Amino acid sequence: MATAEIAVDRAALFEFLTRMGDNTLILGHRVSEWCGHAPVLEEDIALANTALDLIGQTQLWLGLAGEVEGKGRNADALAFLRDAAAFRNCLLVERPNGDFGQTLMRQFLFDAWHHVMLTALTKSEDPRVAEIAAKAVKEAAYHLERSSDLVIRLGDGTDESHARMQRALDDMWSYVGELFIADDADRAVAEAGIAPDPASLKPEWEAIVSEVLREATLKAPTSAYVHKGGRRGVHTEHLGYILADMQFLQRAYPGATW
Amino acid sequence: MYAQLVKSEGMKSAAELSPEERAFQERIDRGEKIEPKEWMPEGYRKTLIRQVGQHAHSEIVGQLPEGNWITRAPTLERKAILLAKVQDEAGHGLYLYCAAETLGVSRDQLLAKLHDGSMKYSSIFNYPTLNWADIGAVGWLVDGAAIMNQVQLQKTSYGPYSRAMIRICKEESFHQRQGYDIMMKMAQGTAEQKAMAQDALDRFWYPALMMFGPSDKDSVHSAQSMAWKIKINTNDELRQKFVDQTVPQAEYLGLKIPDPNLKWNEEKKGYDFSEPDWSEFFEVIAGNGPCNKERLGARVKAWEDGAWFRDGLLAHAEKAEARRAAARVAAE
Repeated sequence: MATAEIAVDRAALFEFLTRMGDNTLILGHRVSEWCGHAPVLEEDIALANTALDLIGQTQLWLGLAGEVEGKGRNADALAFLRDAAAFRNCLLVERPNGDFGQTLMRQFLFDAWHHVMLTALTKSEDPRVAEIAAKAVKEAAYHLERSSDLVIRLGDGTDESHARMQRALDDMWSYVGELFIADDADRAVAEAGIAPDPASLKPEWEAIVSEVLREATLKAPTSAYVHKGGRRGVHTEHLGYILADMQFLQRAYPGATW
Repeated sequence: MYAQLVKSEGMKSAAELSPEERAFQERIDRGEKIEPKEWMPEGYRKTLIRQVGQHAHSEIVGQLPEGNWITRAPTLERKAILLAKVQDEAGHGLYLYCAAETLGVSRDQLLAKLHDGSMKYSSIFNYPTLNWADIGAVGWLVDGAAIMNQVQLQKTSYGPYSRAMIRICKEESFHQRQGYDIMMKMAQGTAEQKAMAQDALDRFWYPALMMFGPSDKDSVHSAQSMAWKIKINTNDELRQKFVDQTVPQAEYLGLKIPDPNLKWNEEKKGYDFSEPDWSEFFEVIAGNGPCNKERLGARVKAWEDGAWFRDGLLAHAEKAEARRAAARVAAE
């Protein structure tokens, strides 16, 4: 296949694909925790829909990761049978749901990155990556449209909704920077033309975010501190609990088919 | 069916009907649909609001027992299917609240009645989902029972309700198939999975039979609703149909229906079966089911915690409107 023609370290490509798939898996999990508990029925529907898109993307990214790895692991094996240290999602997506404002702000900051990233990936040298991105970018465009709109409306809503959105922004802000920091795996896939250099996405992300925050009358925190680790497997305490839930059946009944 | 014990008005005899009421009844008898702006007896409107509202509430409360397993679904595909299903249920709630709105009651008014306990939702959602096979059993039995009722309601006399049912039935059939598919996997799986499947059937069988409401002989509200075609078949007819359809499906799975009296009756061409424990049903309706407090509590909490969100959106809409108005004035 195409990857054979592209000179890239298989391990680096696997690393990149699990980063994409683990982001969508863990965020999809978090969003799905809202099921039946949203502030209005339309949000229940929208959250289930978002989670469904993210889980669908996970199947594609982790499916391809398993193929690239070539050790016979499929998407389910990667999702349900790895422990926390093997997960490559960014810390942002494992942040707890908090109130609806926290959930929404996490979604918005992620969607803005996700959309820019997927747009770049549609031009990947690896046709399999480009194909997944072409499908996912349409969903991400809708997610971004929805989360931007709600951030604006709640930021510029009541004093309380404004305060909650500002607090959410302050809480989530330092977990975003990790997405723009490259390591060897990122550099390898970037050099092969498979994915963009993470840092190259930042200007566009900043443009989207600053415009939405301006309309929402919210202020981006000035602290430049960045929490990092998720993308190399060093997570917060939250991930272990997510996996304990998510992997329960596969762990308790090894080898069963469902 | 997701509507049980819906209180209707006392049935009037033909001689007691006013000319308007008689003309209305004749339209229904001819099979005409009643549309929102048309004249209807107050009792018809009220009964429909109760029934459609209860049905809508059941759809949204029904998200909770299934939502309980979304984060623990055993494969990505099962997770995606379950998410799609629960999203459909919320969508059904939305159509039904819209249908109820055409009768002159807002969604917020109906929700207030759900939250203060004066309106009910189906008794079935007060039972817990304890193992993964329960998600199969909910699709197979609960959606199966709901379809039994909803298929006939496609022919109900009130246009918006009938049209909502037509859309809902299409999705429910898919839900039932996915539930049965989970049951097949479990029943054909390891000994532990098969035990989970049997356990799920044991716990959901009688609550599923209760979904059709009390026996016809104890069902006080049926006559008027049937005359108005708000209800088409009796509770017992539907229950019999459900049992006759479900028993062979259980046999195919190799599972045992938890009823020692279950027996084919050649004469009636249907199964004889045990009645559920109706005292349990009335306890659940009265608020004493295993999950009543959690289910209603979760809905009330979602509503209360979401107040700032709804207020924020409203405030923004008002500000945006004021800005548009100011811009119009400035332009003039």
